[in-house]
Amino acid sequence: MDKEKVLNLAKLARVELRDEEAESLSHEFDAILDYVGEVKRIAITDNQQLTTDNFSIRNVMREDTKPHKSGLFTNKILAQSPAREGDYIKVKKIL
Amino acid sequence: MPDISKLSIKSARAALHKRAFSARELTRVSLDAIEEQDNGVHAFLEVFDDALAQADEADRKIAGGVDLPLLGISVAIKDNMLMKGKRATAGSKILEGFVAPYDSTAVKKLKEAGAVIIGRTNMDEFAMGSSTENSAYGVTKNPHDLARVAGGTSGGSAAAVAADMVIVAVGSDTGGSIRQPAAFCGVVGLKPTYGRISRSGLIAYVSSFDQIGPLAKTVSDAETIYRTLKGQDSMDSTVISEHTYPINKKFSKTIGIPREFVESEGVGDTIKKNFLESIDKFKSLGYDVVDIELPSLKYALATYYIIMPAEASSNLARFDGVKYGFHKDGKDGIDDYFQTRGTGFGKEVRRRIILGTYVLSSGYYDEYYGKAVEARQLITNELKSIFEKVDLFLTPTTPNPAWKIGEKSQTPLEMYLEDIFTVHANISGCPAISIPSGMTGNLPLGIELTAGLGREDNLFAASKEFLGE
Repeated sequence: MDKEKVLNLAKLARVELRDEEAESLSHEFDAILDYVGEVKRIAITDNQQLTTDNFSIRNVMREDTKPHKSGLFTNKILAQSPAREGDYIKVKKIL
Repeated sequence: MPDISKLSIKSARAALHKRAFSARELTRVSLDAIEEQDNGVHAFLEVFDDALAQADEADRKIAGGVDLPLLGISVAIKDNMLMKGKRATAGSKILEGFVAPYDSTAVKKLKEAGAVIIGRTNMDEFAMGSSTENSAYGVTKNPHDLARVAGGTSGGSAAAVAADMVIVAVGSDTGGSIRQPAAFCGVVGLKPTYGRISRSGLIAYVSSFDQIGPLAKTVSDAETIYRTLKGQDSMDSTVISEHTYPINKKFSKTIGIPREFVESEGVGDTIKKNFLESIDKFKSLGYDVVDIELPSLKYALATYYIIMPAEASSNLARFDGVKYGFHKDGKDGIDDYFQTRGTGFGKEVRRRIILGTYVLSSGYYDEYYGKAVEARQLITNELKSIFEKVDLFLTPTTPNPAWKIGEKSQTPLEMYLEDIFTVHANISGCPAISIPSGMTGNLPLGIELTAGLGREDNLFAASKEFLGE
């Protein structure tokens, strides 16, 4: 993987990265991907092996009812925000 | 005065009950131990200023005849569990200044059980690491040798128990983060079945692997904490019920040894020797020890190091410098994200977010993430079928004892390989426990038992026999 690719990924992930770090990450990723690439060697010959019915994963839903009173947690949550204006979180203009 | 090194939850509860000492005295001893030793060990990021007030409340309840499983017992929590009104940083600069607006379910249950929650312990940033060297707030040292790591990522919790600062602590385990530091520090560490304990209020890392669990000196203490924390919760729909995994096989004292897996490259000679001695000990306790084949386990670590960064990169998208925590100003709205995340996240976190972005990106998704999901299913199926034959399987917890601080920080892969014996439990959801199995010089060693889904009972039974509890 080259440095430009790392910088592009960092851009997608919204992480500011210095050039030197991108350079060293590119070499580290080569080593890591070489190792984790082992999974490509697994041979799934028997499709039955991949049935997921014994994985016990299923969706758990609940009725969308009993909302709490509006504004009950507003102050608590907003108190954690780095910038606030009234009952809103303040951010820079987008347009 | 109470001596924490000689106390278990049970004996401390008995002493509190008959007023041999008060909860305040017990908490005072913990606070003094932290004061004396934690400059060197650095297990704690914060000792809560209301610890003695919590102890006084416990004493009032004791005086009023109240009896609860943890009443008056001081417990330390990992820095990724929210406690209302307290800071929580997950060992990261990006959560600097964050104060939890609510209790995590784990903390709520500890409080309901009467525990004195004494402080929050150090951890690798967002639980990414194997040594607690990745914390933004300094390295936790191994109480057995301060030049060595305590293990990670629940290194602070393990060190706090090992140094007798607390009787028990709570951690979280995504790929070995409870079991590995437990082994390095010579304590007991349990990762329960996936979904056993609610994760509401636990700062998410890999949502399909993360699980909360105890670190303690004895299996009985670990079991007490486990029983306190487990159970369904309307705040976390991933929690399993008592019926999810029906118990349909009686414990028959049969332990499998995945011989080929234990002989993996990079496993040290002292570990192999201790492992063979541990097998002999189980045999002498009347266990039937049989060799088993688990061929897909050789893919476990690679599978883990694909799924983990993928889920981490998604989970950590929430840290944007807008809603809470650290904010660094950029030149415009989007640059605020870049600056906040570039500065707020440490090096290992940046590495894993970018790696996760890669394995999920178009063109590589099928090649890496898709394949890893298949491998995960293969491993899970293989473990499921092996537990039809054996109650448990045994491995070392770690391929080597605690390393010197800085020794494995040069290349990330070198440290990743140290997780070889623990990740299968998170990949499959199976419960696993690390228990002390001896020493090499002044360094503790640990062995790990893995059980079938929902079978923590088998872990407790065999571990108690092994440790003579």
